[in-house]
Amino acid sequence: MTADGTDRADRAEAGFVAGLIVPGLPHPLLCPDACEGYRAIADGFAEARALLERIDPDLLVVYSTMWPSIIGHQVQARPEPEWVHVDELFHHLGSMPYRFRIDAPFAHEVVHSAEARGLKARAIDYHGFPIDTGSVVALRLLNGDNRWPATILSSNVYADRAETVVFGKAVGDAVRTQGRRAAVIMVSTLSNRLFTDWVAPADDRVHSLKDDEWNRKILEFLGQGRLEDTAQLSREVHRQIRVPKVVNFKPMWWLSSALGAHNDYQGTVHAYGALHGTGAAVVSLVPSDGGIGLKEFDEDDVEVFRGDREVLA
Amino acid sequence: MGRIVYGALAPHPPHLVYAENPPNNEPEAECGWETLRWGYERLRKALEGVDYDTIVVLSPHWQTYVGTHFLGVPHFRSLSVDPIFPNLFRYHYELDVDVPLAEAMCAAANEAGLVTQMMRNPDFRVDYGTIVSCHLTDPTWSKPIVSISSQRSAAYYSIEVMQEQMVALGRATAEAIAASDRNVVLLASESLSHRHFVAEPDVPEDMSAEHITNHHQYLWDMKLIDMLRTGRSQAVIDLMPEFTEQAVSESDSGALTWLLAALGVPDYPAELFGYGTVIGTGNAVMGWNPAQAGGAP
Repeated sequence: MTADGTDRADRAEAGFVAGLIVPGLPHPLLCPDACEGYRAIADGFAEARALLERIDPDLLVVYSTMWPSIIGHQVQARPEPEWVHVDELFHHLGSMPYRFRIDAPFAHEVVHSAEARGLKARAIDYHGFPIDTGSVVALRLLNGDNRWPATILSSNVYADRAETVVFGKAVGDAVRTQGRRAAVIMVSTLSNRLFTDWVAPADDRVHSLKDDEWNRKILEFLGQGRLEDTAQLSREVHRQIRVPKVVNFKPMWWLSSALGAHNDYQGTVHAYGALHGTGAAVVSLVPSDGGIGLKEFDEDDVEVFRGDREVLA
Repeated sequence: MGRIVYGALAPHPPHLVYAENPPNNEPEAECGWETLRWGYERLRKALEGVDYDTIVVLSPHWQTYVGTHFLGVPHFRSLSVDPIFPNLFRYHYELDVDVPLAEAMCAAANEAGLVTQMMRNPDFRVDYGTIVSCHLTDPTWSKPIVSISSQRSAAYYSIEVMQEQMVALGRATAEAIAASDRNVVLLASESLSHRHFVAEPDVPEDMSAEHITNHHQYLWDMKLIDMLRTGRSQAVIDLMPEFTEQAVSESDSGALTWLLAALGVPDYPAELFGYGTVIGTGNAVMGWNPAQAGGAP
């Protein structure tokens, strides 16, 4: 029995049926034809949308690195959030009106599952809540017609690997409990260094050769379906190509934990390019029977979060 | 000739507005964080004796990684919902912007070599840091504001680079004000130590759960406050890199450095109106009155 009292019949197929990695800056939505690079990324979103249509999940779960939280993990639960969003940095590119179809019962199920694994979590159901740019861009470009219900998950600024891995598992619990066929959408750049001055779209490029090389290495792995291998590299990725705004580069931990911490995926890189210097890629990962397989990983699996045990305080 | 007639350290925990229960904030509280709210009350009392035209605020919650931005739309009316504490802050706001002064500051900052941008999109939602600090300073929004973004160079480069840029921005702010006909109050909208608790009591205003996150943060807060109360602003700027790192301080936004630079790095004491913690972070409400320079703390 689920948190909302339902008991779905199709549990045999329950689970995550696909994962997408997409960038969150607004250029592919607001100015896709400003240059060839932005167009290629927008086309990558279109390919990812076509993949979703073929797979036809019954739920989209967005994990956005652009929605920070402090009090645990926040889950968007307002059935029809509606607003005209403006990005705080790229406001000159225009406004982004939206009206989304949120699966509130599933959002509450995520809260229930997260708490069961020792996490703090809460559902967010307020008119005018500021849905972040990355979530707006992803849902507008991948689900602009609201064909599939969705929910959005925050990224806790203090969470490190153990908490993030457990949160991924908790969302997987919720998907299975409700018997859903879900696709997960992870909103994140690869390298995240923006140019700190304005650049013309035609001159946009990845900020440095080093960032570009690391991005391509990540995409090489993902293209081979090596999701957990990529996740295991997160601490090194954080050191090498991430401006340290948060404690660590954690979205790959979350994605691998939710989808399944292995390397058996059919990976496709739909697009890669630069958005104001950041590394922006559209990637899909579909669980498959073949692949690189399990390896001996450096970092442990974690099932239940037991707090920071005063290490941080 | 315009003047900076007052400067204040004006932190922006939304909890303070929540606990005040203004009619334009949807949630209602029973009590909470009185030492800080009474501190703001004393700040407002101090400002009653100051003749000013415009409030200028620098907020950490308008984060612009490409340059410093300035609000450039004359009037805003909307709903601000805190992304972290939406249970506490859903505030209906209506405010005026002193666009000519904002444009003058933007131009002066650009002349000083900083990357700048005016924000002209009328759909833009004003950040909650700006709103909280301004509400607590002027609850009736009787004055127009200039809102300045935080351009996050501490994250992208280093705290030292942030300091250089904020000192330049502070000087440019002062020059633009001097060239105007405005009397201006400056607000640095930031906490001191900034390590949060990651859990919230069932009753958010349950003060039995409120205290500093750890002793170390408290020591840093007291050190900074003591230095500011004794007029050692330059020493604070010099210490800022270590303070910012050790106290996980919101001074990484540059707001305090900007304020001190705009005030001419005051060697006169700031007045401490109140100190308190909010969900573990350290917050002080403090004021500098250039007309009273040299007064005892």
